Amino acid sequence: MSMAPMADSANGYLWQDGTLRSWLLTTDHKRIALLYMASITAFFILGGVGAALIRLQLLVPAGAILSDETYSRMFTLHGVVMVWLFLVPSIPVTLGNFLVPLMLGARDLAFPRLNLLSWYLFVMAGMLVVYGLFRGGLETGWTFYTPLSTDYTQGHVLPVVAGVFLSGFSSIATGVNFIISIHQLRAPGMTWYRLPLMLWALYATSVIFVLATPVLSITLVLLAFEHFFHVGVFDPALGGDPLLFQHLFWFYSHPAVYIMILPGMGVISEVVSTFCHKPVFGYRFVAWSSISIASIGFLVWGHHMFVAGTSLYAAVVFSMLSFLVSVPSAIKVFNWLGTMHGGAIRLDAPMLYAMGFIGLFTVGGLTGLFLASLASDVHLTQTYFVVAHFHYIMVGGMVSAYFAGLHYWWPKITGRMYPEMWGRTAAGLLFFGFNLTFFPQFLLGYEGMPRRYATYPAQFQVLNVLSSAGASILALAYILPLVYFAWSLLRGARASDNPWQATGLEWRTSSPPPTENFAHVPVVNHDAYDYAALDQANRAASQEPPHA
Amino acid sequence: MPDDLAPYDTPQHRDETAVAGMWLFLASEVLLFGGLFLVVLVYSHTRRAGWIMGVRHTNLIIGSINTLLLLTSSAMYTLAVVAARAGRARRIIAPALGAAGLGVAFLGLKSWEWHLEFSEHLFPGAGFSISGPDAGGAQLFYSFYFLSTALHGLHMLVGIGLILWVCYRMARRRGQPVPVIPVEVVGLYWSFVDLVWILLFPVLYLVGRV
Repeated sequence: MSMAPMADSANGYLWQDGTLRSWLLTTDHKRIALLYMASITAFFILGGVGAALIRLQLLVPAGAILSDETYSRMFTLHGVVMVWLFLVPSIPVTLGNFLVPLMLGARDLAFPRLNLLSWYLFVMAGMLVVYGLFRGGLETGWTFYTPLSTDYTQGHVLPVVAGVFLSGFSSIATGVNFIISIHQLRAPGMTWYRLPLMLWALYATSVIFVLATPVLSITLVLLAFEHFFHVGVFDPALGGDPLLFQHLFWFYSHPAVYIMILPGMGVISEVVSTFCHKPVFGYRFVAWSSISIASIGFLVWGHHMFVAGTSLYAAVVFSMLSFLVSVPSAIKVFNWLGTMHGGAIRLDAPMLYAMGFIGLFTVGGLTGLFLASLASDVHLTQTYFVVAHFHYIMVGGMVSAYFAGLHYWWPKITGRMYPEMWGRTAAGLLFFGFNLTFFPQFLLGYEGMPRRYATYPAQFQVLNVLSSAGASILALAYILPLVYFAWSLLRGARASDNPWQATGLEWRTSSPPPTENFAHVPVVNHDAYDYAALDQANRAASQEPPHA
Repeated sequence: MPDDLAPYDTPQHRDETAVAGMWLFLASEVLLFGGLFLVVLVYSHTRRAGWIMGVRHTNLIIGSINTLLLLTSSAMYTLAVVAARAGRARRIIAPALGAAGLGVAFLGLKSWEWHLEFSEHLFPGAGFSISGPDAGGAQLFYSFYFLSTALHGLHMLVGIGLILWVCYRMARRRGQPVPVIPVEVVGLYWSFVDLVWILLFPVLYLVGRV
């Protein structure tokens, strides 16, 4: 492996053709990744504003600014935008889109035009959702439970549901593209067990995209059909079964929880290995744990319905299966720690985010076991304990991982370094602000504060104020990277091809990569994370005189 | 590697990839209709009496003729696939157009059937014509009936469009080597649409009729 001479960034994919048309009609996976990045950043900000208003409202027991009705619409906005338009697509469509072909040693994804189509579908989906939300929104929460969403709602259900339906097709297109690419486009010598763990994680995610999303699609069609024509599908008055909606909804939406964490786990495997300069401990276990999380994840949806009137026997089975899913998740955590053990750890921003991820994900995962236990779930369900639990996974986990990945691959994506000191500051703020926001919510939930209410008894105020204070720190931790990333695009130091001394194929091309990714098709002759080979190549290169 | 093939190595590599992509997409489609069939599974048991009343009101004659039309259409399209594999462009267009034509006939009959059902007030909701203690189950059946036939009809429209696109491509490329893969991939999709109907037909017209 030799260090290629640093290419002039003018030849990279970024600046080669600057016209708007060339961006909007591009089939280059790297450019599509950036189109996606711009879109989901916009949605992240919108969802974040929703969260800010929620935390502002809950500063005082009587509610500070919003009416009860508006509050319901606000947390729905926050949930719908964050789940459907940010978390589900986030890492796969941005970092995944950028990295899958590069990590495989391929020119592009298997279906480049389908990839572009998926972005257009996503944008249309987003516009429909935003249209519905700005017309006045809806009060159903992101789960659209019937019969509220079909018969009793005063909100704009149809455009929002249609948007979520459409975004599903964007997900399916991405999933098909990733799976087929990983099967078909691996460079010579890139065997399955030489794939970076990020690709195993994205493969597992894509299986969920392809096999679970259509069930959501049909569920939303049934919902829209019932809502629009006022006919019976789930309506109990006509003999329909609202529980059936919940079964169908969670058959997608629980696997979707793993859509929202598996790609993050992939990022963490890459980052931890690179910044410890060590192969990932137990590669095959980590690889297969992604597949088993995705598979078992299809069998646990009933734990969302323990108190909804399912049978005790079903609940016991779902509880056991939910405990089972924690095994592969724990394997991952132990293996990351095993990788770090005895490593020469460099604490750059990506690694700080990754370490934050490991801690927060562990808390989120362990509190999940409280909710998977039937007896304690009866006490904790519908309280802030649940809110804190899933935010530890979705925000503490996935958003940390997203930022870890953004910082880690930023030099590759843009050809520029971000300011390291500011990166570390933002990572520290995120960890601190996050814990201050959500740890009090565990306590609130344990003490019985229900979720989804616009007001609360005065005894909960101290913890709520702490939580809101944390949210403002969290907001700062999100705004900072926006500012210094934008700054680094123009002023950041030029990045070398492999600034972190990482082993993946993406680091063997220039930063930013040329449109065709690699000057020559790379040939892979060693395992992923083979740092011995990298060090040897570096030593050999430093002994040779530099050549042009 | 030649640029016009990117990201594939060889034409064969590209073809394999396209076929694999279609199979995976169809797996996704199976789960889409799978959700609908779950609804059938549940309601045909929990609301059995009303559900069967619904089944008995469907038009078995039109349903049977349509099944025959669609199976024949699929068989005809298979002739186009065989011709494409043999490299005979001229023998592709006629059977493909025939397959599309039978598809259009299916949709025509289906619309007429819908028209009859609307005029008999079988569309669920206020004014639904079946009454009695089990009418709720019959309404659930007709919700499923209209939704599933609409969704299937939509898939038929897409399929017919794809077949016409194949014919157009073949007509334009007269004299050049025949691209087999588009014909095959569309064939996979058309057979899937057929397969969905093979499951829908007994569910909508047969099970519980006698």
